[in-house]
Amino acid sequence: MSRVVLQQKVLSENDRIAAHLRERFQQNNVLCVNLISSPGSGKTTLLERTLEVLPHDARVAVLTGDIQTENDAARLKRFGFPVKQITTGGTCHLDARMIERHLEDWKLEDLDILFIENVGNLVCPSSYDLGEAAKVVILSVTEGEDKPLRYPSIFFKSELMVLSKTDLLPYVPFNLEEAEENARRVHPGMEIVRVSCQTRIGLSSWLKWLDGKRNAYLQLKAEPVA
Amino acid sequence: MHEMGIANSILEAVQKEARRYPHARARKVGVRIGELAAIDAEALRFCFEALSRDTDLDGLQLEIELCPRRHRCERCNCAFIVRDYDCRCPQCGNFARECVSGDELELAYVEVEEDEPSSLATKSSQ
Repeated sequence: MSRVVLQQKVLSENDRIAAHLRERFQQNNVLCVNLISSPGSGKTTLLERTLEVLPHDARVAVLTGDIQTENDAARLKRFGFPVKQITTGGTCHLDARMIERHLEDWKLEDLDILFIENVGNLVCPSSYDLGEAAKVVILSVTEGEDKPLRYPSIFFKSELMVLSKTDLLPYVPFNLEEAEENARRVHPGMEIVRVSCQTRIGLSSWLKWLDGKRNAYLQLKAEPVA
Repeated sequence: MHEMGIANSILEAVQKEARRYPHARARKVGVRIGELAAIDAEALRFCFEALSRDTDLDGLQLEIELCPRRHRCERCNCAFIVRDYDCRCPQCGNFARECVSGDELELAYVEVEEDEPSSLATKSSQ
């Protein structure tokens, strides 16, 4: 019996396509953000509130993933920006090849921001790199404060946690500070914003994060390669 | 439940590797899974066996090495295993943010066994 040492990633094919996508996003100055949460935490609603405040000439597009139906794309198309639905037909996450295929007839040079709304799932999407500049995890206050501890992978890999549905805080036993502390136990230094998409309180902090992220992204690109 | 896709990727990689050794059979594959990789080892094992059954790779053993989360202290350079999300350096007490391992999802090795001359003869006579 002889042993052949491999030392390669299991998802090397996905990672290869994701690296290629990342390169294309960088070449075209497109900030790509991958939104991940449980089903029903408010990914689509957060995108609706985001798209509705953007100027009509903003260069923004959305790829939205679901197992079935075009419902999310229909909701998001109302704002006039390019939106495409990815129906996975059963797969519980998006992968880099799906992103590549659905970007085929879009010109990346016409975009500044690409939002990817992943399939509602806190586990599987965390394994698949989509070439994004940042993952953002959304946790709604109707879920448990200990979710970051129970699903550490995605909280560890996301740059930002959006605590959503904060308008419901008077009606649910949810401790914001505890949830934030748990997120930072899993991911020291994690950025966090609190948002209600109903009252729109906190929405500006999300938009500010997005703006800062885009500026940092462009600046990083402008720095000469050592 | 994405372990089916992961198991499939592992089997594809083994098949690719096995093609380089036409007179040998792959017996065992070793994978490294970090605690932050969001992979359930038992589910992966189940999918792996289901997918390999009645194929060329039927009977291939899967060895899973679970890798703990490790951080490195920026102050004293000590690397340590993070238990119960406690990121304080055991040497100097500094809050260590730098994660150096724990999200692995890697193929470590494949073990191949040379076909015995008799089995080669049997194959060629078929």
